[in-house]
Amino acid sequence: MGQSLTIRNLNAWYGDNQTLKGINMEIPANQVTAIIGPSGCGKSTFVRCINRMHDTVPGARAAGEILLDGENIYAKDPVELRRTVGMVFQKPNPFPAMSIYDNVVAGLKLNGLRNKQKLRAAAEKSLRMAALWDEVNERLNYSGMSLSGGQQQRLCIARALAVEPSVLLMDEPASALDPIATLRIEELILELKKDYTIVIVTHNMQQAARIADSTAFFLNGELIEHGPTSEIFMNPKEKRTEDYITGRFG
Amino acid sequence: MKQNRASAGDTILRLLTFLMAVGVVGLIIWVGWEMFSSAKESINAFGWSFVTNRVWDPVKQNFGALPFIYGTIVTSLIALVVAGPIGLGVAIFLNEMAPGKVRSLISFLVELLAAIPSVVYGLWGIFVLAPLLRDYVEPWLEKWFGFLPLFQGSAVGLGMLSGGLILAIMILPTIAAISREVMAAVPDSQREAALALGATKWEMVRVAVLAYAKSGILGGVMLGLGRALGETMAVTMVIGNRPDILPSLFAPAYSMAAVIANEFTEATYNLYLSSLVEIGLILFGITLVLNAFARLLVWSVARGPKGGHLV
Amino acid sequence: MSSRLRKYRNALMLGIFTLCTLLALIPLFGVLGYVVKNGISALNLEFFTSLPQPMGVAGGGMANAIVGTLILIAIAGVLGIPTGILAAIYLTEYDRVSWLSTLVRFTTDVLTGIPSIIIGIVVYTTLVMKTGNFSAFAGGVALAIIMVPLVIRSTEEMLKLVPQTIREAGYALGIPRWRTILRIVLPTAAKGILTGAMLAVARAAGETAPLLFTALGNQYWAHSLNEPIAALPLQIYQYATSPYKDWHRQAWAGSLVLIFLVIILSFVARLAFRNRKNF
Repeated sequence: MGQSLTIRNLNAWYGDNQTLKGINMEIPANQVTAIIGPSGCGKSTFVRCINRMHDTVPGARAAGEILLDGENIYAKDPVELRRTVGMVFQKPNPFPAMSIYDNVVAGLKLNGLRNKQKLRAAAEKSLRMAALWDEVNERLNYSGMSLSGGQQQRLCIARALAVEPSVLLMDEPASALDPIATLRIEELILELKKDYTIVIVTHNMQQAARIADSTAFFLNGELIEHGPTSEIFMNPKEKRTEDYITGRFG
Repeated sequence: MKQNRASAGDTILRLLTFLMAVGVVGLIIWVGWEMFSSAKESINAFGWSFVTNRVWDPVKQNFGALPFIYGTIVTSLIALVVAGPIGLGVAIFLNEMAPGKVRSLISFLVELLAAIPSVVYGLWGIFVLAPLLRDYVEPWLEKWFGFLPLFQGSAVGLGMLSGGLILAIMILPTIAAISREVMAAVPDSQREAALALGATKWEMVRVAVLAYAKSGILGGVMLGLGRALGETMAVTMVIGNRPDILPSLFAPAYSMAAVIANEFTEATYNLYLSSLVEIGLILFGITLVLNAFARLLVWSVARGPKGGHLV
Repeated sequence: MSSRLRKYRNALMLGIFTLCTLLALIPLFGVLGYVVKNGISALNLEFFTSLPQPMGVAGGGMANAIVGTLILIAIAGVLGIPTGILAAIYLTEYDRVSWLSTLVRFTTDVLTGIPSIIIGIVVYTTLVMKTGNFSAFAGGVALAIIMVPLVIRSTEEMLKLVPQTIREAGYALGIPRWRTILRIVLPTAAKGILTGAMLAVARAAGETAPLLFTALGNQYWAHSLNEPIAALPLQIYQYATSPYKDWHRQAWAGSLVLIFLVIILSFVARLAFRNRKNF
């Protein structure tokens, strides 16, 4: 099941450059939350804080609290945290030296799971959830790089699901894909929210409108407005949100 | 932050790789220190006269390095005079003129030239190059340039000229490769700017490429020189191995690396061995400084001191 | 300057550069040509299967030297390749931009320019003098020291080519950094790293100077790594500088085998690299 997130006064910096300023936000479990905003507004930094990937960049730091079902993630081991909070990146990034199968079970295998049957079962389950099983079950030993872009991204989703996270972060997961592949990813996201809490960064407002239960608008490192998607798009409270979604800037 | 198995693994790998990386710096310091302490006996015995003394007489325990320094410098200079311009020409041809296929073929061949072991060059030098010089080149040089002391005396074949030419062949790939690397780092906008002003190709090369890359090219030539100074086998095999200081390039001579190669295992007493190590120490010092300086020049053009990569 | 003169000058200079290139290739074909011509005529089964004959006696071969070279580069590879790869991991994965990594990079570059005979001297004054004898092990150590900077440089280049997103994918799966490096980043760059290592081995295989006072050479089979061992380059050197015609003949044959070995190593390495999948 998904877990909820509570963000309290989150600030983040790259060197001297502050990219997030005092973010407070509630992200409910088993919903799709979309993060929108112009490029450079801090939306990527925001999701990278949730699994502490932000910490891995030299010179980057963050302050504040992020509570995962009430527990502060900054009190946890980041490596373990990332097994609970999975991530899918903008560009599909399967491991080039591994087969499709090895890609899916990489997270389990490299965290010490050796049992072949369990690995096999986990791979099938994850690939089915990522709606990729039917396309690849005949060629699990092929290189992950042999797949199309959309398939590669679903492989990366399967790879993230295999470690059984409760939250799935997606940083513009469809921006490198064609419209048909994008549609499949969106259908998949709607499927997945039954079991996961999903936070998706997107620059595509139609996409947010199609799949998100709630939407948050970021601008210059600040959270301007957060609410049910229909309200954000139909009836925004903030002038700046309205300007952005009507295309007046950004 | 919670400690666990994962961070223990990280600590170990980080420490291990750190030790290996720092070990490289330690290695060069260790080499210098080890040479210095083994050369100490000779340094104490002869002081500075070691580098000015032209006698090398193990029987009388009298050791001077001047003949070896002389032979090393002369052969390296010959190599530089011959290989410098040719190497630069090759680099220009490859980088600015040759079409793709020709370029990869010829750079492959030039790399092959660098891959041939030194001892094979020596063998070829003894049985092919030296006789060629003795029978054709040296008589011709004496006939036309014999008024110069450089080209007088009997043509033996084995001597400084063959040593220098063998070295020229061996350092040419270095000079060509490094010059090419720095030329490749010249932005195309520089070339286009020159061409847009109506420059011919040669003018473009001279104005945009060579002017921009000159300190890097100098670095490449110095790296070649460093290689020539320390090259051992091929020179040992063709230089004639006589510790004399003669003006004629036809005359046999000796180089620093060659005397170490020949006499090291025959050094029957400590001072003898120590003197040989001191020659090695001088060679180490010279090549160290030369290489450090040359690398700085090349880095300044080709990629900057940080290695030029982004995080 | 008239434009016609400029054109002539342009053609002249371009001609000179082309000529330089042709000139540079003459010694290559000269050396390879002689080695192949003289080497093939001296090669026979005996060369590969028997020990050298005593001085002045015709016949015999370089079996022990061929095996010796293989043993020496194996020792050097076992010692030098992991060392170089680990140091390169530090430079790309742990510390890319500090003054320390700059110093290590700089030292590595400088180290490649230190004459190899110097390494021979130092291994002699430490290993050989301390153990009291010349040995295959000492020779292997000397060659390993020569390989290390080459391996570091090539490995670093290859690891730099691995996209950052691959590392991030590993971290995002909750895989610890060290496992990400060893199990994901290294395999991704494996072919390139191997290529570099092979080229370093090829270089070490042809080295003579550092072996002169470490491995020393041996007319017979070496029975342990703790005794002097024969090596092809040493044998070629000894035979080439001897006064015997038959040994000269064998020196050419030895050179052919040595060049063949070196070229095979570099060629295999290059082919492997060319077939490398895109990242």
